[in-house]
Amino acid sequence: MSGILVVMEQQGGQWHRMSWEALAAGIELGKQSGQPVLAAVPGSEIAALANEAATKAVAKVHAVEHPLLKDYTPDGFTAALEQLIRQHAPTVVLFPHTYQVRDYAPKLATRFGQSLLSDVIHIRADGGTPVFVRQLFQGKLNADFRPSGNGPFFASVQAGAFRADSLEAGSAQVETFTPQLDAAQIRTKPQAPFREAARAVDLTAAEIIVSVGRGIKDKENIHIVEALAKALNGELAASRPICDNGWLPMERQVGSSGQTVSPKVYMAIGISGAIQHLVGMKGSKIIVAINKDANAPIFEVADYGIVGDLFEIVPALVEEVKKAKG
Amino acid sequence: MKIIVAIKQVPVRDSQLRIDASGRWIQEEDLSFEINEPDAYALEEALQLKEKHGGEVVALCLGPARATQTIREALAKGADRAIHIEEENTGALDTFGVASLLSSAIQGEKPDLILTGLQSDDLGYGQTGVVMAEILGLPHSTIIMQVEKENESIRVKRELENGWFQHIDIPLPAVLAIQSGISKLRYATLMGIKKAKLKEMKKVTVGELGAPPPATVLIERAYAPQKSKRTQILEGDAKAVAAKLVEKLKFEVRVI
Repeated sequence: MSGILVVMEQQGGQWHRMSWEALAAGIELGKQSGQPVLAAVPGSEIAALANEAATKAVAKVHAVEHPLLKDYTPDGFTAALEQLIRQHAPTVVLFPHTYQVRDYAPKLATRFGQSLLSDVIHIRADGGTPVFVRQLFQGKLNADFRPSGNGPFFASVQAGAFRADSLEAGSAQVETFTPQLDAAQIRTKPQAPFREAARAVDLTAAEIIVSVGRGIKDKENIHIVEALAKALNGELAASRPICDNGWLPMERQVGSSGQTVSPKVYMAIGISGAIQHLVGMKGSKIIVAINKDANAPIFEVADYGIVGDLFEIVPALVEEVKKAKG
Repeated sequence: MKIIVAIKQVPVRDSQLRIDASGRWIQEEDLSFEINEPDAYALEEALQLKEKHGGEVVALCLGPARATQTIREALAKGADRAIHIEEENTGALDTFGVASLLSSAIQGEKPDLILTGLQSDDLGYGQTGVVMAEILGLPHSTIIMQVEKENESIRVKRELENGWFQHIDIPLPAVLAIQSGISKLRYATLMGIKKAKLKEMKKVTVGELGAPPPATVLIERAYAPQKSKRTQILEGDAKAVAAKLVEKLKFEVRVI
């Protein structure tokens, strides 16, 4: 058993951008542990993508090709990758922590008697075994996990945890792997993806975003934060619970299920900073956090922090901004 | 429709957490506990499906004795009965172990649906339902926004990334991980609380269920995260911190 297998994700011939981050994680672990890195691209008609993956510093790319892998199903993807993993016996299997991976990677790990280490933020090779770091309590704590036994060990890496922009170039061989799949094995029938409505608000273009979270307590209070957004000439945004409650439309949601933004200034008001929110905004140039809980994870990523009552601080800020703008 | 809902008890959301003497978990003595919020949405969906199609809702929980409180609340909200796998040392289990015990505890129940929340607010693995589906040999889907019953199957609306959705047809029985926030959570009524006291809460132990597969991934060390940035904390009363922040935004960040 050897090698680190990175399972890359694509949809209809388009890469999921996090695939490259997972590959970066694999290449880093490969270097530390002296193991070859193999990439797998499951899908149908994916030769071009497999060739692209082969231009990176990997030992080999497996194009896991089958017409039944055209549309994602947990049964199809699990069966196909199980066969690939049994044949090549890697020690570690890495995935990007995407919605799709969350849907099937735990099932795949179970086939090998393993538990998936999901949403990993750091990996290091330590005395022959990899140590994976995950967050606990929505990011309030970190924990090291050292798997025991012979593996293979399964882990998915968090969005933004590894840098995809400095991937080393290489020239690997592409091997097509044709899994044995039967349509009768696939129990779920997926329909074509759809969007509910065209997105009217493009938060990604905003220079200043003022974002509101659970701390606002009531729909009637949203106007307090909206006034600050207006004074700063910025866009109003929110964390998921605010949009779930219907206090602001879904199109203003920032986070893993909403938009990913990187404005000049991101103001997080009454937002604790759950992982799902942080992945959508931690690329912002300057982050300002206002929260009553000094231990809220949002302060881990903030450049400026104010610990206090938003209902006092935000109106005072509006006044000061107006004064400064004259 | 017979629906089993897996629920978990976790520390309340704004708990101040401290690492315990083992260095692997938190001090639990002075914390309060509540139902894992994503599981509350799974329970709500189960209760609504029962109201629409009839049947039974069974709450399933693995946890220490204190979890009884959370299970009672589920019964008060409308679950018909509960199964509590009482185990104090849940830290010795990994996801595969937890899902194996949950699956053994419902042997012979033959549910139409098993629902779970999307993830737990403490460990956050987000996979117990998927692993249960694999152990039980059932189809599954995750991040579910809507469930519609159609004879022997269901059509679910699954959330994809970036504002996309997808309908999926799944034969019953099946396992679903429910997305949080898809409906308004109900409160327990006074009548519900009274009735809950009379409802069946079956207790089973890990010993009775048989040892789960040995854990392969356990926490070696838990610790406060290192800050990725140096945060300047601005101090003073509201007016003073507001003035300080505006000065930074004007002269350092230059956005005003």
